Amino acid sequence: MISFNVNRQRVNLDVDPSTPLLWVLRENLGLTGTKYGCGMAQCGACTVHLNGEAIRSCVAPVSRAEGKEVTTIEGLSPDLSHPLQRAWMAEDVPQCGYCQSGQLMSAAVLLREKPRPSDEDIDEAMTGNICRCGTYPRIRKAIHRAAAMMSTGEAK
Amino acid sequence: MSTLQMERREFLKFSVAASGGLLIGLYLPGASKLAVAEERSGSIFMPNAFLRIGIDERVTVIVNHSEMGQGVYTALPMLLAEELDADWNKVGYESAPVDPKYNHPVFGMQITGGSSSVWSAFEQYRKAGAAARAMLIAAAAQQWNADPATLRTGSGVVIDGANRKLSYGQLAETAAKMMPPAKVTLKDPKTFKLIGTPVKRLDTPEKINGKAVFGIDVKNPGMLTAVVARAPVFGAKVKSFDDSHARNMPGVRKVAAVPSGVAVVADSFWQAKLARDAVRIDWDEGEMHAFSTSQMMQQFREQAKSPGKSVRRDGDPDAALAKAAQKIEAVYEVPYLSHLMMEPLNCAVDLRADSCEIWTGTQFQTVDRAAAAKVAGLPNEKVQIHTTFLGGGFGRRATPRSDFVVEAVHVAKAAGVPVKVVWTREDDMQGGWYRPAFLHAIVGGVDASGNPVSWKSRLVGQSIFAGTMFEGMMKEKGYDPAAVEGVDDLPYEIPNLAVEYHQAEVGVPVQWWRSVGHSHTGFATECFVDELATLAHKDPYQFRRALLTKHPRHLAVLDLAAQKAGWSKPLPKGRARGIAVHFAFESYNAQVAEVSVTDGRVRVHRIVSAVDCGHYVNPGIIRAQLEGGAIFAASAALFQELTFENGRLQQTNFHTFPVMRMNECPEIETYIVENNEKSGGIGEPGVPCTAPAIANAVFAVTGERIRKLPMRMTEAV
Repeated sequence: MISFNVNRQRVNLDVDPSTPLLWVLRENLGLTGTKYGCGMAQCGACTVHLNGEAIRSCVAPVSRAEGKEVTTIEGLSPDLSHPLQRAWMAEDVPQCGYCQSGQLMSAAVLLREKPRPSDEDIDEAMTGNICRCGTYPRIRKAIHRAAAMMSTGEAK
Repeated sequence: MSTLQMERREFLKFSVAASGGLLIGLYLPGASKLAVAEERSGSIFMPNAFLRIGIDERVTVIVNHSEMGQGVYTALPMLLAEELDADWNKVGYESAPVDPKYNHPVFGMQITGGSSSVWSAFEQYRKAGAAARAMLIAAAAQQWNADPATLRTGSGVVIDGANRKLSYGQLAETAAKMMPPAKVTLKDPKTFKLIGTPVKRLDTPEKINGKAVFGIDVKNPGMLTAVVARAPVFGAKVKSFDDSHARNMPGVRKVAAVPSGVAVVADSFWQAKLARDAVRIDWDEGEMHAFSTSQMMQQFREQAKSPGKSVRRDGDPDAALAKAAQKIEAVYEVPYLSHLMMEPLNCAVDLRADSCEIWTGTQFQTVDRAAAAKVAGLPNEKVQIHTTFLGGGFGRRATPRSDFVVEAVHVAKAAGVPVKVVWTREDDMQGGWYRPAFLHAIVGGVDASGNPVSWKSRLVGQSIFAGTMFEGMMKEKGYDPAAVEGVDDLPYEIPNLAVEYHQAEVGVPVQWWRSVGHSHTGFATECFVDELATLAHKDPYQFRRALLTKHPRHLAVLDLAAQKAGWSKPLPKGRARGIAVHFAFESYNAQVAEVSVTDGRVRVHRIVSAVDCGHYVNPGIIRAQLEGGAIFAASAALFQELTFENGRLQQTNFHTFPVMRMNECPEIETYIVENNEKSGGIGEPGVPCTAPAIANAVFAVTGERIRKLPMRMTEAV
């Protein structure tokens, strides 16, 4: 039995501890917002937070989550109110949308650590997240916008 | 006649109880959130196949094209809502089921491709909205006992002369009893309120909170997951397999041979994948066992030495070439490419004795349904496809052979239970249906004043249409039009021009890849015209201008891109610009790329892209498609190549088939030409110019011509 918190709810699961966290989230817990893209930490579509750090859940065995707090896109905000989500809407970021959960989860850690990130900071934090539709210019703008919103206290 | 009662859709809501007690409600795709509202609202106005209005005021637009990022779930509702005079805040979308009434009005089947969704829907969706508006006005006229001619509409309400208002929701029941108008009058485009404005995409909220359902997210009651071991070499067949270990692995329910390989069906993806990897298969590798792309390209080079099938011939190119003051020859080569959608292929199937339901992200509903029906042994009407969101398409999910759907029906048949086939990234990359590799051998000449007098293009590459239902289009012309599009209509004023094509026969399955033939013809022609400009000692922009005097729309985008890029303005040392212009999918695009080259690495700093796509619907989406098109094309030009040795693909995942990342992404500026020409495409037209604009810029900075993609700069510095 493996126990951890997902979006602040306790879960106890009887699964093979070597199963990647990604598939446990998607299949055992029905949290399909976290996506499979490569299975080898190359694309970032599966990015979630483990105790606040961005990790690639496709290569993290679920055993790594034991006793820890996992946050997925479903837990970013209950109502699209996270500054990044609001900025994503304002900049009309997504196209197909498949990579966006991972993009948002990576960006959320960036903003927590660097509330006013430079373009170089964005490059560094976001380069592990591939977008095949080419939404990078809008992601960059949206991160700056969210940072501005947070600094002016516009965000909750 | 309008029908009051909509067909009651099967709407299932169920909860999955995880062992920890976490309860998650899951909605089946195909039954959207809006469907819930309709269940509650009861009575509904459904004037035609494209629209429903509930008494709760919800306006649901049924979209007959697949949403793969290009924005049809916003643009098509905009067309309808404009004529309906709907309150945009009440408008939602739903994917259409497979039905002839949702056929593409030009292509005659349900399909998303050819950058055609907006232009093909432009009148269709407006008329649907206008008809509904007329019926709502008639309903209000009846309630008020007024002359319909005295009534007007505004943002979801009908208004009379005394400024009384009835909302569309209030009128829905009565409107449903009205006869649809025999004839509808469309708005004067000058009065458009929505069309032409950058309204936000309707699908953004569910794409940023994890709720959007893609094919891979589909979960039906009792459904198992399958992973298939497919041939390591195209055309290989299973001789025998040993599943003694695999079938005893945890969660495995079934291991079965299917036409494409061996399917492992398990409780979860991970269990199916581990067991799939444990199946030992002895393959009869067939004719492709020794296939190598380097040998193939060598053959292409040999083939290019002899004349091919004539596609276009103006004047006497050979005589003109013999008399030319200066000549130049160049051979351009482009590789096989994977579409590499972020969401790997997948398909869920629930096959019963008398029905087959399919959930997948497809661009090809009509074709997939017919193919699935054949495998299922059912008539077409017994097969339904629920189109989910597509995690990228780029042409891969429009497969004339319906490979991923057909296979999933075979697996469901073998499994005997509802099943979802999921492809790993490696499966997806090795699964074929690539952009074909192509070779262009071009010879050209200029006269003493530097004017081009002759151009001969000879292409070698596989046909996409050959062997498919589109072969008829080839018979008409004697060649595959998709192989030569973009060079057969070369716009430059060159009096002697020849285009020839050698159709290569190779056992690698090929398919349309965002911008199809233009993805290589744009590169070859726009690089070669640049080479001619150099030969003529002329500025590449001015050289093109002089040859396009009869093509004002080409000229307009060329001028706009050049002007916005500051073409003649000096750049810092080590940087240079390249330019390209191309017409594709009824739209005109020009791009200027600004690059530098350091230690053999090409860095693209800026791309300016100008488009004329005629009368446009949503400039925000158009800009997004231009940005995305340039990045998609730059990824291919700089990094991407599929190669084969001993019949086996050498690339497996993003580390060996790279995609441009945030830190490599240039600044992109987009400009749209304003006019009222017929709407053109936008998903693909932004792709062809990027590779040649970058390659021409690399020449400008290094003096080395790039004639092979992806760009390798080892010799160039």
